[in-house]
Amino acid sequence: MSNANSPATDAAPGLMAKALREGLFAGLLAFGMFLLYVGVETYQNIDNALVWRMRWGLLAVFVAIAAVGRFLVVGFIRPNIDRRKLSKAKAGLLEVSEDKGFFHRHFLKIAMIALVLYPPVIVTLYGVQGSLKFVDNFGIQILIYVMLAWGLNVVVGLAGLLDLGYVAFYAVGAYSYALLSDHFGLSFWVLLPMAGILAAFWGIILGFPVLRLRGDYLAIVTLAFGEIIRLVLMNWSEVTGGTAGISGVAKASIFGIYSFDVGASNNFAKSFGLPMSSAYYKIFLFYVILALCLITAYVTIRLRRMPIGRAWEALREDEIACRSLGIDTVKTKLTAFAIGAMFGGFAGSFFAARQGFVSPESFVFLESAVILAIVVLGGMGSLTGIAIAAVVMIGGTEALREMEFLKHIFGPDFTPELYRMLLFGLAMVVVMLFKPRGFVGSREPTAFLKERKSVSGSFTKEGHG
Amino acid sequence: MEYFIQQLLNGLTLGSIYGLVAIGYTMVYGIIGMINFAHGDIFMLGGFAALIVFLILTSFFAGIPVALALLVMLVVAMLVTSLWNWTIERVAYRPLRGSFRLAPLITAIGMSIVLSNFIQVTQGPRNKPVPPLVNDVYHFGSITVSLKQILIVIVTSVLLAAFWYIVNKTPLGRAQRATEQDRKMAALLGVDVDRTISITFVMGAALAAVAGTMYLMYYGVASFNDGFIPGVKAFTAAVLGGIGSLPGAVLGGLLIGLIESLWSAYFSIAYKDVATFAILAFVLIFKPTGILGRPEVEKV
Repeated sequence: MSNANSPATDAAPGLMAKALREGLFAGLLAFGMFLLYVGVETYQNIDNALVWRMRWGLLAVFVAIAAVGRFLVVGFIRPNIDRRKLSKAKAGLLEVSEDKGFFHRHFLKIAMIALVLYPPVIVTLYGVQGSLKFVDNFGIQILIYVMLAWGLNVVVGLAGLLDLGYVAFYAVGAYSYALLSDHFGLSFWVLLPMAGILAAFWGIILGFPVLRLRGDYLAIVTLAFGEIIRLVLMNWSEVTGGTAGISGVAKASIFGIYSFDVGASNNFAKSFGLPMSSAYYKIFLFYVILALCLITAYVTIRLRRMPIGRAWEALREDEIACRSLGIDTVKTKLTAFAIGAMFGGFAGSFFAARQGFVSPESFVFLESAVILAIVVLGGMGSLTGIAIAAVVMIGGTEALREMEFLKHIFGPDFTPELYRMLLFGLAMVVVMLFKPRGFVGSREPTAFLKERKSVSGSFTKEGHG
Repeated sequence: MEYFIQQLLNGLTLGSIYGLVAIGYTMVYGIIGMINFAHGDIFMLGGFAALIVFLILTSFFAGIPVALALLVMLVVAMLVTSLWNWTIERVAYRPLRGSFRLAPLITAIGMSIVLSNFIQVTQGPRNKPVPPLVNDVYHFGSITVSLKQILIVIVTSVLLAAFWYIVNKTPLGRAQRATEQDRKMAALLGVDVDRTISITFVMGAALAAVAGTMYLMYYGVASFNDGFIPGVKAFTAAVLGGIGSLPGAVLGGLLIGLIESLWSAYFSIAYKDVATFAILAFVLIFKPTGILGRPEVEKV
């Protein structure tokens, strides 16, 4: 008994020394890395000249976090994980319990009911005017991202084509709604499908030339296309209004029966004798985007069971195998691009109707990166995972903005928006490092050979294993 | 004609900077087959390091000779960005080396976002102007050449020569080329592959830091999102020259610099970035091997 324990106790001092050494090294490294950027603050003084001052305290915090963190990881966390892995390996495979909890089993139904009841509950709690913030900032904002992420999921998660210019299709949808309603006075309900079709059309146009390209080249070309579209929108002032964008975009109506324009005779609030408020429009929009999201989810789930969906998943897992089995990769890739773009176009026209304003500012590369981050975090391919990731990331940043007490901790000029992207970027890195198939959910191919390989596709190089 | 030569000179200067950054992209791609999306932000970090060192130097030693100040800025920027890139490779890229192909690209995009937002948070979102360091201007007829342009071209040429020597004539360079050709075989023959890859990242970062310092000197302003567009341009340069090829990166850099300045001079400034992006897309689609690159064989 004592014999079995002795190596562990013997190793401990050596381990501690190693942890100390590594911690010290990490501290030194952090000092070198952060000395200039964190330790020195540059700012413009009254004469507009750039001056500097030291921030020793902040630098010390950064260095301490690096050193202590590394010390803990090497000294405690990693041995702990190793020990747990070892005991697991010794115990043999555990039976995974198939019996899930009530919440888990009925997750979809509960989520649906909660979403449908969300606006009425908020209105009863906070009143019509008070509901505006919750329905608009939290509800609609999150659902737009859910929809965009689900759309991108078709391209990235199912077909495995990394698209870094997805926001271009969002832009196409938004601008086609804004321009067509402005020039031809068409209604939202006519233009919504049209925006989707136009975006899908652009998806095919942009998808066609990149078909031959390998994964990472494809990503870069889509990035280039996305930026070209944004730059054209920014500079083609005669049509798009340039950087100023297009304002006064028409609102959506309840199928033409009730309008939300203040002056209209069939104004919703007027018709029902309610006090005027923009909250009704937002509540209506909430249900519209909810319906759009559900359509996206339904179409995705159905497509996944169809031959084309199977082909997407096969393409994601191994393109060479796919080709040798006679799958038409051109058709497969193009449909993925077109369908993903179509959802982006829907979301874009909705966005234009909601904001009443479009400008190239909303369609920068970072926006693509945010959507991609949500897909990656949620687990590429998993709809539930992506929805949860969107709620956490977008809802979380909106909530950060609401939290007044943070201003007391970090000072009055604390702006959470600045930290939003920092968190997104870090989350992307961490997820890829520890759970490449996503933190929240993960989706294995729908059809899978029963004999599972010891190494799954995500851990081997493309075309290997 | 003189206008054309003037634009040619401007393009040459800009192209030198892009070429230096492009080398970082091309080396990393050559050795581990990964697009280091964060390399543009390493370039931006280098510019910021130079800016901060410049501020500290001028506040302590008011009358410091410009040459000495520039040298200190360069050295410190190279050291700091090397540390950063070394750490990033160690923490974010190395664990993913056996993972699926897109994983390192996604992490690199994440890292790029982290770096630019880190600078935005710690140094503020506003542009940071610095007073001009080098003011001398020479006139040849109606053509103007500034000393900083000459400096940039000279520094680039010297660095490229040094770099060429390292890659082609030293044991380290041999290890790098061996790793590039076949990582597994190189490891079997006693090349420390991990160390070689680390050094490659460090070298790329050092060159990016030099480019960042010169970019700061040339434009006199630094901003947290300076990494993205110059980064994409440098990547375009690497692709245009043939990714994986060092002379190709320099050639591509010069071409992109020339195209950009001539395009802005004769067509439209507003669409100069569109030109770069369009070149990037066209080269990748129609000639992914670039001008000097070797055709890549798809391995099963």
